[in-house]
Amino acid sequence: MSTFWSIWISVIVLGTIFGCWWLLMATRKSQTTDTETDRTTGHSFDGIEEYDNPLPKWWFYLFIGTCVFSLGYLALYPGLGNFQGLLGWSSTNQWETEMQQADARYSELYARYGDTPVPALADNEDAMKMGQRLFANNCAVCHGSAGRGSLGFPNLTDNDWLYGGEPDNILTTLHEGRNGNMPAKGFMPNMNNTQVDQVVNYVLSFSDREKSAEAAEAGEAVFAQACAGCHGTDGKGNQGMGAPNLTDNIWLYGSTYDWIRETVVNGRQNQMPAQGGRLSDDQIQILAAYVYSLSN
Amino acid sequence: MSTVNANLTYNYKVVRQFAIMTLVWGIVGMGMGVLIASQLVWPSMNLDLPWTHFGRLRPLHTNLVIFGFGGSALFATSYYVVQRTCQARLISDSLAAFTFWGWQAVMVAAIITLPMGLTSTKEYAELEWPIDILIALVWITYALVFFGTITKRSTPHIYVANWFYGGFILTVAALHIGNNLALPATAFKSYSAYAGVTDAMMQWWYGHNAVGFFLTAGFLGMMYYFVPKQANRPVYSYRLSIVHFWALIATYVWAGGHHLHYSALPDWAQTAGMVMSLILLAPSWGGMINGMMTLSGAWHKLRTDPILRFLVVSLSFYGMSTFEGPMMAIKTVNALSHNTDWTIGHVHSGALGWVAMISIGAVYHLIPKLWGVPAMYSTGLINVHFWLATVGTVLYIVAMWVNGIMQGLMWRAVNQDGTLTYSFVEALEASWPGYLVRFIGGAIFLSGMLVMAYNTYMTVRQKDAVALDNAAVQPA
Repeated sequence: MSTFWSIWISVIVLGTIFGCWWLLMATRKSQTTDTETDRTTGHSFDGIEEYDNPLPKWWFYLFIGTCVFSLGYLALYPGLGNFQGLLGWSSTNQWETEMQQADARYSELYARYGDTPVPALADNEDAMKMGQRLFANNCAVCHGSAGRGSLGFPNLTDNDWLYGGEPDNILTTLHEGRNGNMPAKGFMPNMNNTQVDQVVNYVLSFSDREKSAEAAEAGEAVFAQACAGCHGTDGKGNQGMGAPNLTDNIWLYGSTYDWIRETVVNGRQNQMPAQGGRLSDDQIQILAAYVYSLSN
Repeated sequence: MSTVNANLTYNYKVVRQFAIMTLVWGIVGMGMGVLIASQLVWPSMNLDLPWTHFGRLRPLHTNLVIFGFGGSALFATSYYVVQRTCQARLISDSLAAFTFWGWQAVMVAAIITLPMGLTSTKEYAELEWPIDILIALVWITYALVFFGTITKRSTPHIYVANWFYGGFILTVAALHIGNNLALPATAFKSYSAYAGVTDAMMQWWYGHNAVGFFLTAGFLGMMYYFVPKQANRPVYSYRLSIVHFWALIATYVWAGGHHLHYSALPDWAQTAGMVMSLILLAPSWGGMINGMMTLSGAWHKLRTDPILRFLVVSLSFYGMSTFEGPMMAIKTVNALSHNTDWTIGHVHSGALGWVAMISIGAVYHLIPKLWGVPAMYSTGLINVHFWLATVGTVLYIVAMWVNGIMQGLMWRAVNQDGTLTYSFVEALEASWPGYLVRFIGGAIFLSGMLVMAYNTYMTVRQKDAVALDNAAVQPA
């Protein structure tokens, strides 16, 4: 902040504290007795009178004590504008210090497993207990505590993979994250309502659930133009680009006619956030093994 | 000492109207609180309807109890106290009537709009902009009536209760208008004039001073009239009231930053919020001491006067929660307590123990006077109410302390490999017994309000009870 605001803040913070201090001292100084008195101020309001008793001593010292503590605190910690305080503390460096301490304390534990290949690690009971805890802390919010996913969040236990289920695929997903993007109406932005109905029926026919065989048949041509580029002419998807297999009756966004229609019309965007940098490489190795173990 | 016009009368009509609405909004607002407490115990109480789920009814609960119940109690007592201690009639009956009907319209609008999901999303300031404008109009009128009456006073000095009421009225006007500045988009949708962390700081400057001025300074005004009046004793120390008044209003406005510890708020603002909160301890206790010590020499009255008992116990809860508040404002304590039920417990030890109990005591003092009868219909029922209120409050806050500290500890517990020991849902499951006890405590407190409503009804339907619109100005 600018020097003006820094001075402004310092003046009003200190002004408030010293103002309280002055008020306390001035009021105490004008006391005529040290002990409780029967003398009133002489005012009467609707019959209510007021004694002029002195400030209770313990209360006076409590007040002074909190002011002294505050002044000391403001000397040590940032509070007076740009002044950082004598300790050099900031909430940012407190966080960094705590993270470093945590790294120092825990990294060795994780390093034991960092070099073990994923399939071997998946058989290691101790490592998998850690993996389960890492999963509960970092993944369960979206994928569920059992890894079964929910609408928009893939099920990790069913051996159906959007981006591949080999150890290297899982490691890449965890390290770098994934951005899924299905454009509205695929490669056919001018698809009309009839064609939408046809292509939805065609997609449903992969799992023998079409509402109209006639529409499904007509949908094949629409599919070839709008969808096959990513999902393949056979609809079996493409793990290289995260295009789901449409033939296995496993659905990320709902399986009904209405859900699939919405997907076709509006498209879908989805993101798996990158964990690299958030979690250490060793932790990601263990997590990858845990995810691998869910379906292997 | 004064030259009172013998024909002058006090306006009791508006006092009586607000006193009755204190009871009405108290029952409705606390009933809403008990309902949402039950939703946390039995989720099916949400009824699977958008209008009745927790997210929409919780702000309705807070608005009804703070502004409906607390606000009506403040209007009623401030209009009564300012007239009697200034020996002057309110400057305008029609402006006073406007504040009454305007305020009731605000509460009705809250009951309609909040369940519909119309909200500005700022805590304790959820009402949308057209209602905010009405609040501002009512509040400015309130200030005119109150300060106008003070300027007309026939007493040479201004009584301490009126300092507190005055400080509360002025500051709440600034807070309400400052925090609710927004750009309207449609009739019931607006966007805050502030962005990001500035918006957050404005919100908690408002939010904490809703506590500091609406729920503290105003009620201290109430305390300074009804405690010495009910105890029939002089106020303990005039000079203590001077120090704690100025120190309280000077430091309270700083304290809001403690709601944003370890957030994007710059460190200096967090630190300033914390140290001012700590300094607040002594000024807050100044009010408690002045109220409590006013009873010295009259402690025996507590045995026979349950109204006085309400007033004194409210001061005990006030002292307790104003000790707890500064402690929770310390960063390291806040790191544990933030976002837990401890905060809810702290708020309710203030809201039920202090605000509600002192209001209840004041209204019990007022009702017979407003209807020209010597006492409430049943002192025994006041005593029953006292125990229901005390037991309800204690159950409520103990349940929330236990839950809060348990949640804080469970959330931060880590395994040997640094992962969290408990998931959020595990901490929620562990909170269930506390939620049940809280629901029971709240229901007990609410039942006390129903006893009070019955007692009031029986008082005003007595043969010799006459609703006084105007009362002669005479020495008490």
